[in-house]
Amino acid sequence: MELLNKNLRELHTLIKRKELKPSELVEAVLKRIEETESKLNAYITVTDEKARRKAKIADEELAKLSEDEVPELFGIPLSIKDNINVENVRMTCASKILENFVSPYDATVIKRLREKGAIFVGKNNLDEFAMGSSTETSYFGPTKNPWDLERVPGGSSGGSAAAVSARSALASLGSDTGGSIRQPAAFCGVVGLKPTYGRVSRYGLTAFASSLDQIGPITKTVEDAAYLLNIISGQDSKDATSAKIPVPNFLEALNGEVKGLKAGLPKEYFVEGVDPEVKENVLKVAELLEKNGVSVEEVSLPNTKYAVETYYIIAPAEASSNLGRYDGVRYTYRAENYKDLIDMYCKTRAEGFGDEVKRRIMIGTYTLSAGYYDAYYLKAQKVRTLIYQGFQNAFGKVDFLITPVTPETAFKIGEKTDDPIKMYLSDIFTIAVNLAGLPGISVPCGFDSKGLPVGVQFIGRAFDEETILKVADFVGKELKLNTVPEL
Amino acid sequence: MKLSREEVLHIAKLARIELREEEIEKFREQLSEILNFVEKLNELDTEGIDPKFSVVPPENVLREDIPGLSLPREKTFMNAPETNGEFFIVPKVVKK
Repeated sequence: MELLNKNLRELHTLIKRKELKPSELVEAVLKRIEETESKLNAYITVTDEKARRKAKIADEELAKLSEDEVPELFGIPLSIKDNINVENVRMTCASKILENFVSPYDATVIKRLREKGAIFVGKNNLDEFAMGSSTETSYFGPTKNPWDLERVPGGSSGGSAAAVSARSALASLGSDTGGSIRQPAAFCGVVGLKPTYGRVSRYGLTAFASSLDQIGPITKTVEDAAYLLNIISGQDSKDATSAKIPVPNFLEALNGEVKGLKAGLPKEYFVEGVDPEVKENVLKVAELLEKNGVSVEEVSLPNTKYAVETYYIIAPAEASSNLGRYDGVRYTYRAENYKDLIDMYCKTRAEGFGDEVKRRIMIGTYTLSAGYYDAYYLKAQKVRTLIYQGFQNAFGKVDFLITPVTPETAFKIGEKTDDPIKMYLSDIFTIAVNLAGLPGISVPCGFDSKGLPVGVQFIGRAFDEETILKVADFVGKELKLNTVPEL
Repeated sequence: MKLSREEVLHIAKLARIELREEEIEKFREQLSEILNFVEKLNELDTEGIDPKFSVVPPENVLREDIPGLSLPREKTFMNAPETNGEFFIVPKVVKK
């Protein structure tokens, strides 16, 4: 367990000094997975044999490398959300329709991690096609929150967050379309970073809502998040939306120099409906920063209250188009009995998709259909402009924003499954960040009286992950909340 | 506003999702609720506001036209429910 609590840089140091063998580390993670999976269900697929084989090869290679030749992730096992392609490994997206799909290629992020020597131990559970906030819509059953097994880990990257929290993963990659990295990180007491839209290539990430989707790390510490962001960032010819913007060394930003920074507290994020304990813990972070030379002022993001509505027009519209490809022709599942081609499509999709995915595809189909496009889709894209401008105005005055990640801590399994809108509202503080394409990070900042983790979110300017990483690292080191739940 | 049964069936047809009888009423309720929820946006005046389809500035991404390898055939077809190794096979769509 001591080994599993170490951060990535420490593990890298041990490995390059040959004080730790990749096979020992891989075995430690696999053992922890075996101990915890019956309680958590954080993995859909564990690639134990592959990982052992790779670790053995890594052991042999390591013997031939000098200390400074060992790449940053050499022999370090990682887990990946099961909507990101890892070549020759099953990728289900937690859907029946892809139950037997095997990835034909590596996503760009996987290729980059592999080039640095990473080993992949498994694929983490998620809400079906990343549509959900609790990992309950998974065809493979819900993931449990390691802090309270009767509660959800959040979602959609709930498997990744639960695994990192319980130490059955050293670190993981998730995806965030409306909060799917930050919200589960908050619920599970770990760090979750959604980089700026365009910072990280999405090639090989299963598309949900293309104007919002972003891959990012879920880790124990802010330093680990920066460590992985260094590796996965940068332009990619296979993703035309990846930005031609230089990638700094994010680790250098973690210098504790927060003095002189300007923080904003958006008043719309501290309204009624936010759990007083969540509010209290987040405001304590603002006080802590203020004591250390950060100026804190109230700002306004006037259209925040329209963010969830805007999102639930745009995201389903994009999803209805993106998920058109699952038609029984190219992606494994095809219904058995049908009359003709159209009937085959309709039955394949009826049998293959779960309820939440069907709801979103139908909402998207409706809002894009003839006669309704202007009233819904176009209207939402205009409101998106207003939300974007709101952030622009705030960032004219301050360098970053401090907000809660979620209005409440982890809720009970089954509590919101019958009420889609109640579920949607649990992403109220994360969604606007995706609509505006900004970077956001979720860091543990305390516990409520039920013993559940509370997260604080820092939102930065586009392509300024450095400021929020600096602040998050400072807060993380001050609060020392890197604790492990007892299982 | 509440969707009619016919509207739900029409949406499902456009989305190529067959609905079981008991699903029709359930989705009629839920989809209507979601549409009522998002209609809150009508409170906002967006006259003269341009839509923001993407946060990335709209510009062409160009590259040199250099031939290269793409996904090989065996990889392309490895997940096909029905294939002869050269084509995806679908139910017949033309009548003799």
